[in-house]
Amino acid sequence: MIWNERMECMPAGRMQDLQSERLCRIVEYVYSNCRPYREKMDASGVGSRDIKGINDIAKLPFTVKDDMRRGYPFGLFCVPQEKISELHVSSGTSGDPIVVGYTAADIKLWGDVMARALCCAGAVPGDMVQVAYGYGLFTGGFGMHYGAREAGLTVIPASSGQTKRQLKLMQDFRPRILACTPSYALYMLEEARELGVDPRESSWQIGIFGAEPWSEAMRGEVEANWNMLATDIYGLSEIIGPGVAQECPRKDGLHVCWDVFYPEIIDPVSGLPVPEGTAGELVITTLTKEGMPMLRYRTRDIVSLDRGACPCGRTSPRLSKIKGRTDDMIIVRGINVFPSQIEHVLLRIEGIQPHYQIIVDRKAGKLDDLEIDVEVEEGIFFDEIKKLREIEERICREIESVLGIFVKIRLVEPKSIERSEGKARRVIDRRTV
Amino acid sequence: MKITQISVFLENKQGRLHEVCALLGSNNVNIRALTVADTEDFGILRIVVDRPQEAVAILRGAGLTANLNEIVAVEVEDRPGGLSGILKILSANGVNVEYMYGFVEKFSEKALLVFKFEEPDKAIGILADNNIGIVGGRDIKCI
Repeated sequence: MIWNERMECMPAGRMQDLQSERLCRIVEYVYSNCRPYREKMDASGVGSRDIKGINDIAKLPFTVKDDMRRGYPFGLFCVPQEKISELHVSSGTSGDPIVVGYTAADIKLWGDVMARALCCAGAVPGDMVQVAYGYGLFTGGFGMHYGAREAGLTVIPASSGQTKRQLKLMQDFRPRILACTPSYALYMLEEARELGVDPRESSWQIGIFGAEPWSEAMRGEVEANWNMLATDIYGLSEIIGPGVAQECPRKDGLHVCWDVFYPEIIDPVSGLPVPEGTAGELVITTLTKEGMPMLRYRTRDIVSLDRGACPCGRTSPRLSKIKGRTDDMIIVRGINVFPSQIEHVLLRIEGIQPHYQIIVDRKAGKLDDLEIDVEVEEGIFFDEIKKLREIEERICREIESVLGIFVKIRLVEPKSIERSEGKARRVIDRRTV
Repeated sequence: MKITQISVFLENKQGRLHEVCALLGSNNVNIRALTVADTEDFGILRIVVDRPQEAVAILRGAGLTANLNEIVAVEVEDRPGGLSGILKILSANGVNVEYMYGFVEKFSEKALLVFKFEEPDKAIGILADNNIGIVGGRDIKCI
């Protein structure tokens, strides 16, 4: 079912009017209520008067994670603390933690977008959902909880961990829906087998998995082993937490709640919009939040946006799965290179395993060199030098057609690329700039 | 009449060939013939051994990329012009040799060479028609 049909199925033209009206209001609101935003807008010479509609959004300066750190803890709030009903803290994996504040209306909005997400994945009122996202400062557990309550679901607030108990709850209560990180879903699989629980007989039919990037291969593994539909959910604390975008059962991109979270895709270096359908950095503006609205927040997630119609009936554009992070990006001869682009090319070539390493080097007075080491496994090993050379040339040609620059391909022995904790180090930058 | 050869992918690194040969030696695999084709970055080690199936399992177990493929072992008169006589016949019949190398030891009075043909069956037929001796896998073990 579609939870908020009016918003989720609104024709694009009317949606644009609504977005325009909301953007004008939020810019005015933020300018009047938040000093750091006011200073930033003044410095860039943009006033709320310059924003007349959604197409003017690109005139606004970006907001970045550092702005939040600088304002720690409550600097970016637009309301006094006594109007805040809930605080969450995002894990500080890269630097200081950041704080987000929700007013009562923001919590209601969160419940609405999460109810949309649950229904988008296939939940119907009356379903039971096991929430195995952590409850606490992390937004995953509570966001899921509010949405389940809003959509009229029965919630099991199991929180994360205690896998034996999770499995017992599943067997005894028979919830149809599981919400957790995809890696936890895989972890529970092993535990279930050790306990003699047949995963294919589990009560879970729909999984709502997010809070970390995961691949199609991982989805396949979860679906086949648990015998369930595995859907992807996207969100980030800075915007609201989970509930920004969610896949419908077609699994062809994540429907963005664009009436409230306006998405833009930009070139992470120039800051300019990328051509329609091209991958770039996702930038989100919250159009209705009160406590801590975000104007053009740079998520650092690399995605593309599909505006094509979806047979499910929702009119919203769909985000691709996260293709990478701008943090991983390397710039070679002025070209932005994401390791994931190279990985996609390699995976298209039959027999190649995604074991590779990118080496960037700069010899004195010369242009940057990009070398890609690819491990040779049986699938691409032939008894002839000629055929191995052909593979090198093919990889080289296909990467050149994607990146637009020449790369040197070096075939290396299996397992010769250094792994740390099972993961290969993808980029080695030897340039001394 | 084809025999099995093992090809191993090797990076062009110092000591790599020694490591692979030591691995086979410590597992009691005897190398009967060997050649290395190399480029700037990588090489292919080609070997004929007494127990190819076992040897390939040992190599793969050690994390190496190795394949089995078929070659033809041909007896060549051990005198000036011996090899050129055979190559002349092959060339006249449109058979292409991808590469070749020699056995260290002899099976008979003749020298033993390994050929990789583009079309091995055609080559075997032509060699047989011209009464040129081909040595099979079982005979190789006896060398």
